[in-house]
Amino acid sequence: MPHSDQKPKIILEEFRLKNAPNDFGMADEKWSFKKFTKHFRIVIVRMDNCEMEFDLIGIQPAFANAFRRLMLSEVPSMAIEKVMIKNNTSIIQDEVLAHRLGLIPLKADPRLFEYRPEDAADGTEFNTLEFSLKVKCTNNKSHSKDSYRPEDLYENHSVYSSQMKWHPIGNQISVYKESDVGPVHSDILISKMRPGHELDLHMIAVKGIGKDHAKFSPVATASYRLLPEVVLTREVCGAEAALLQRCFSPGVVGLDHAGRAFVQSARYDSCSRNVYRYDEIKDAVLLSRVRDHFIFNVESVGAMAPNVIFVEAVKILRDKCKSLLDELNML
Amino acid sequence: MGEYNKKTDWESPKGLREPIKTLEDKWKLVPSFLQVKGLVKQHIDSFNYFINVEIKKIVQANEKVFCDADPLFYIKYLNAYVGTPDLEEGYNITKPTTPHECRLRDMTYSAPITVDIEYIRGNQRVIKNKQLIGRMPLMLRSSNCILTNKSDYELAHLNECPHDPGGYFIIRGQEKVILIQEQQSRNRMIVDEFKGAIQCQVTSSTHEKKTRTNVIVKNGKYVLRHNALSDDIPIAVAFKAMGICSDQEIMQLVGTDDTTMKKMGPCIIECHNLKIFTQLQALIYIGSKLKVKRYQTANARTPVDEARDLLATTILAHVTVENYNFYVKAIYLAIMVKRVIDAENNKATVDDPDYYGNKRLELAGSLLALMFEDLFKRFNWELKSTADKIIPKVKAAPFDVVKHMRPDLITNGLFGAISSGNWTIKRFKMERHGVTQVLSRLSYISALGMMTRVNSQFEKTRKVSGPRSLQPSQWGMLCPSDTPEGESCGLVKNLALMTHITTECSEEPIARLACNAGVEDVRLLGGEEINHPAAYMVFLNGNILGVSRQYKKLIRVFRMFRRRGLISAFVSIYPNHNQRTVYICSDGGRLCRPYIIVENGRPLVQQCHINELNRGIRNFQDFLNDGLIEYLDVNEENDSHIATVEAEINPYVTTHLEIEPFTILGVCAGLVPYPHHNQSPRNTYQCAMGKQAMGTIGYNQKNRIDTLMYNLVYPQCPMVKTRTIELTHFDKLPAGQNATVAVMSYSGYDIEDALILNKASIDRGYGRCLVYKSAKTTMKRYSNQTSDRILGPSRDACTGKIIRAHEILDSDGIAAPGEMVENRQVLINKQMPPVTINPVPQGQPQQIEYKDVPVTYKGPVESYIEKVMVSSNSEDAFLIKILLRQTRIPEIGDKFSSRHGQKGVTGLIVQQEDMPFNDRGICPDMIMNPHGFPSRMTVGKTIELLAGKAGLMEGKFHYGTAFGGSEVIDVCKELEKHGYNYHGKDIFYSGLTGEPLEAYIYSGPVYYQKLKHMVQDKMHARARGPRAVLTRQPTEGRSRDGGLRLGEMERDCLIGYGASMLMMERLMLASDAFNADICGSCGRLAGRAWCHACRSSAAVSSVEMPYACKLLFQELASMNIVPKLTLKKYC
Repeated sequence: MPHSDQKPKIILEEFRLKNAPNDFGMADEKWSFKKFTKHFRIVIVRMDNCEMEFDLIGIQPAFANAFRRLMLSEVPSMAIEKVMIKNNTSIIQDEVLAHRLGLIPLKADPRLFEYRPEDAADGTEFNTLEFSLKVKCTNNKSHSKDSYRPEDLYENHSVYSSQMKWHPIGNQISVYKESDVGPVHSDILISKMRPGHELDLHMIAVKGIGKDHAKFSPVATASYRLLPEVVLTREVCGAEAALLQRCFSPGVVGLDHAGRAFVQSARYDSCSRNVYRYDEIKDAVLLSRVRDHFIFNVESVGAMAPNVIFVEAVKILRDKCKSLLDELNML
Repeated sequence: MGEYNKKTDWESPKGLREPIKTLEDKWKLVPSFLQVKGLVKQHIDSFNYFINVEIKKIVQANEKVFCDADPLFYIKYLNAYVGTPDLEEGYNITKPTTPHECRLRDMTYSAPITVDIEYIRGNQRVIKNKQLIGRMPLMLRSSNCILTNKSDYELAHLNECPHDPGGYFIIRGQEKVILIQEQQSRNRMIVDEFKGAIQCQVTSSTHEKKTRTNVIVKNGKYVLRHNALSDDIPIAVAFKAMGICSDQEIMQLVGTDDTTMKKMGPCIIECHNLKIFTQLQALIYIGSKLKVKRYQTANARTPVDEARDLLATTILAHVTVENYNFYVKAIYLAIMVKRVIDAENNKATVDDPDYYGNKRLELAGSLLALMFEDLFKRFNWELKSTADKIIPKVKAAPFDVVKHMRPDLITNGLFGAISSGNWTIKRFKMERHGVTQVLSRLSYISALGMMTRVNSQFEKTRKVSGPRSLQPSQWGMLCPSDTPEGESCGLVKNLALMTHITTECSEEPIARLACNAGVEDVRLLGGEEINHPAAYMVFLNGNILGVSRQYKKLIRVFRMFRRRGLISAFVSIYPNHNQRTVYICSDGGRLCRPYIIVENGRPLVQQCHINELNRGIRNFQDFLNDGLIEYLDVNEENDSHIATVEAEINPYVTTHLEIEPFTILGVCAGLVPYPHHNQSPRNTYQCAMGKQAMGTIGYNQKNRIDTLMYNLVYPQCPMVKTRTIELTHFDKLPAGQNATVAVMSYSGYDIEDALILNKASIDRGYGRCLVYKSAKTTMKRYSNQTSDRILGPSRDACTGKIIRAHEILDSDGIAAPGEMVENRQVLINKQMPPVTINPVPQGQPQQIEYKDVPVTYKGPVESYIEKVMVSSNSEDAFLIKILLRQTRIPEIGDKFSSRHGQKGVTGLIVQQEDMPFNDRGICPDMIMNPHGFPSRMTVGKTIELLAGKAGLMEGKFHYGTAFGGSEVIDVCKELEKHGYNYHGKDIFYSGLTGEPLEAYIYSGPVYYQKLKHMVQDKMHARARGPRAVLTRQPTEGRSRDGGLRLGEMERDCLIGYGASMLMMERLMLASDAFNADICGSCGRLAGRAWCHACRSSAAVSSVEMPYACKLLFQELASMNIVPKLTLKKYC
């Protein structure tokens, strides 16, 4: 087995994943800050408003996993928690409507808000956002006779998230702009109605964490995968090379001018391990993943940029460690 | 069978060897069939036949009513009609109604039965048209129902779901189904072995009578046995009584071969020993064996006349005898004897009573016809007796019979029978219970499954396996999977998808056609000619039609005529070569099924026909009309050679081709994807569970007020569909959700089939369901002019606030919609006058003291009021219905099931971050333990997972249709194409440690159903609570807040352990401890420290004992048994 580098690896065998023989697990290693700072790197691969891909290299899985878990469940965000139903004559049930409203991602930076105390009777400008939704479906009097589409026959037959109205309380009007607050997406269908149906709701959004309810999670998903590695153990050419190429995701295996297969970049391999299905080439590759190279993928729901969410997660971990240390020091 | 024309291409082998092309989209014939026939068409057809044809026949058969008092008086029914559904709103005022109105207002969906009559009034002949004689409950979607031939849009206006199959009745607001009843076919000879003896049995059934006749072997001789006879009649005597007097004639009728002669010998000798030689002697003999009637009528006839009458009308009643010419009946009897002799020689000719060709299914129409005829006869009898009573009296106005026609008798008779399910028909001495059932509306499939249910008349307690086991002749007619487990296993069956049940069609034209095709009248032939080896006896519906010398021609002609559409498509004809008979059937209740006709090794349905079908210019009826497809009943099916697929066609023998093999399954089994990969009991389990799955029940579910309704908040169409799912529209009214399942172990809370659920999935709405319950009350008006009343909310006397129990009431005293109701709050604040019979003294009606009878809400979890309905019912009383709603989120203990009979309860709900996740960041909604697979062998589920996963990537639904569907190899290739592992196994990371799991995890979407069993409805605990009055022991059952019983076996454990104090505590102190006073001197119970027997309190001491024990002593004492206790000081 070629020892090309000393990266810790997990080998993808045909029927199981197996740690490399020279790898006794990173938990055994003595952790030194010096070594860590030398090896640790963060590489941001791709980032936009809602999605980010970045690499965490040279870190123990416990840390990477802690960040993932924190992003999912402990980084706060704002969501509608209480719905006061003044009138609901639509066919959707009050509870279901409230549930749907709760799941609408809200544009509001949770860092600027406080948690609302459980026993608080009224929200303040620092912990609450208030919205209302008042829609009434009516017959469209000016519709043309030939059309029988509901959008022509009725007005307000579909209630979208854009129809939610923000009601600033206290000083909020001066702090936030109208465009800063509200649903992230304007085209989320809340309910469908017919003439005579009416919604009159008052909604209260508060800050919360994903552990309490998934609607407070700031990410659609945050997860990581280990960096795949594909090593050819012998020369593969001709038809076998083409077959090999097909066994991997596009761009993983390339063919040179002589028809010999070579590994281009294994990073985006889906690790389908389909190469093991072909006896003639299954011995030609060694599939593995690098155990300390985490490719993170964070999809934000839109309230915060994904990079911010990650930083928040790190901060939460830091605070937790701090409080633990404080507790220990108190002993 | 199978006659081939010599001239066709099969002489040139080249044309034959060419492989037959598989017809593409042949399955499209199935939806086309269902479009014409529908899933519950059997019910509707049968009911239509009843209200349009049979009711007229029944009225015609009983058309005249005479009167003993006036010989000139008569009533003659000219015609009968069933009208369109309406409601009676006051006297003679009716208003058309809709089924949904009847459901909501607890009314009966019924139509008037009117007759045209001609009768004598005074001495005039009067004709009156449209006279109401009763009301007929209408089957939904029958010909007179307002829902038939309505478009979806019109149905929506009538508040009806377009996918609702109909075929049921609405009686007093309840949906009732008349189940299909299975029974032995009537008027057929059945040879069976009973306690070692061979017997031939015929159950004859005519409009008037239902009798059973047996020919059995007794001491090596053949005898005739019948219920009306006190003793068995030697067969030769029976023949002689029928006018076949010479022994030679008898032998010629039965058969003249050696074995028959030998077997018949003793019978003939017996007859001689009895000295019976003439018909009269035989009749005298039979007359002496008649059962003595309990009451003798005035004009008693001689036993000979009685015997002759009995032979003519009661024994083998279905063989008609004209002018006492018994010849045909004698032939029939001879055939019965011959069948017994054959069976003695060759045990293989014994009939199988479980064979489906010998079964008939009775549907709503025929059952109602029986009921109606009985009621109509009673109606006429009552008319006659009123006429008898009134006509002799001299009156100012002439007797007008119309005024005495009370429609209540027939109306209540029919309504009562359908609502109770008790079918009592006096003239047949028939009494059946449980014929109807309330239509289960748990899910759409449960309602649909109920409409195809077949109930067997067989006793559930008898321990014979024959009627319960799967009969090969059920193939294609009844679903092999869908049957309940337990006591009614195999007795309750379900129809397969393409089964049709015939309705009766007229015999006359068929008889005429048979005669034209060379059937000779049997009355013209002697015994030798009848029993000639070349002659085949022809039966029509169990009756002898004649003899044919060219039976092959007869059969060919019949089939040709049927394929040309000249006779009904449901007439079947088939030969029996052992018996040398040809049977023609046109009776109702036979199971049949369409097949593609194959001629000369080629299916007649060609690709061009299918293309025409696809283009919509050809429908199923056209295929029938063109003679490309025909219906075969069970008997004819067993005389055909049917190929399952084109490749199996053998040009020399094949006569038919299966339309689609998946149609052998029924509606419920059709939901299972890849059922042909599952162990068979798993499909059966799913059939039972699919009926408990919650989802949607119809497009009108929000307008219904049912006592109990379960809905899913976000139901989904399954990722892996089947053709049946599309045909039954399950994809439009689904009951379940696609869950991403990872097959792995997690945490140990998944043992014994428990499931692990993802909390984030639940937060996002997975498995959320709505439970609707309704509360109902009526405001009755009583005979003494008082009535119930509803008051507004009561206020507290001190504070002036509305009391807690009445908090949710509106000012009208009925709970307001949208309010939350908690335990013991009042929904309707109803009051009732205490006296309802005695008249209230006039003048002071205000002084009546009313008694509170509120409708309260009970339940540990609060509900919301969805809506309130205030209306009036058929008695004109106010009807108030309140619909209550709960939204339930899955919790630990709720039951889920996949479509493969794999049920499990939620064992643990796990945070999303703790769930394992794969490379793509997907974490499963559900984790299932892999131990569920090896012993269950539900390979179909693993394939469903693969196909579902591939379907997700491809953006399409895969098909898991039985005996077809997407192939595993194609599905896996699709997965591979999208970068997934070929075998569907992915790398997962532990959510807890963050490291990759050592095993690859099989994961993908599987359709899961949430079953109606939820923890919330079952949770129960009690510390202290109510006790039964009599025994002072804790009450039993959750609904009464009962105690948890320490049963016998638990008690045995404690005894074995020797924990006597614990026993004492559990069995007495925690139950019904009682301090009884016992008199030490006499040992009896003493009341209040005073022994009445000893007249002393000196020796009385208090003893703690179970109250039940004290009660026993008292009860024994009341029966003059004195139990005495001996008291001792033990400390």
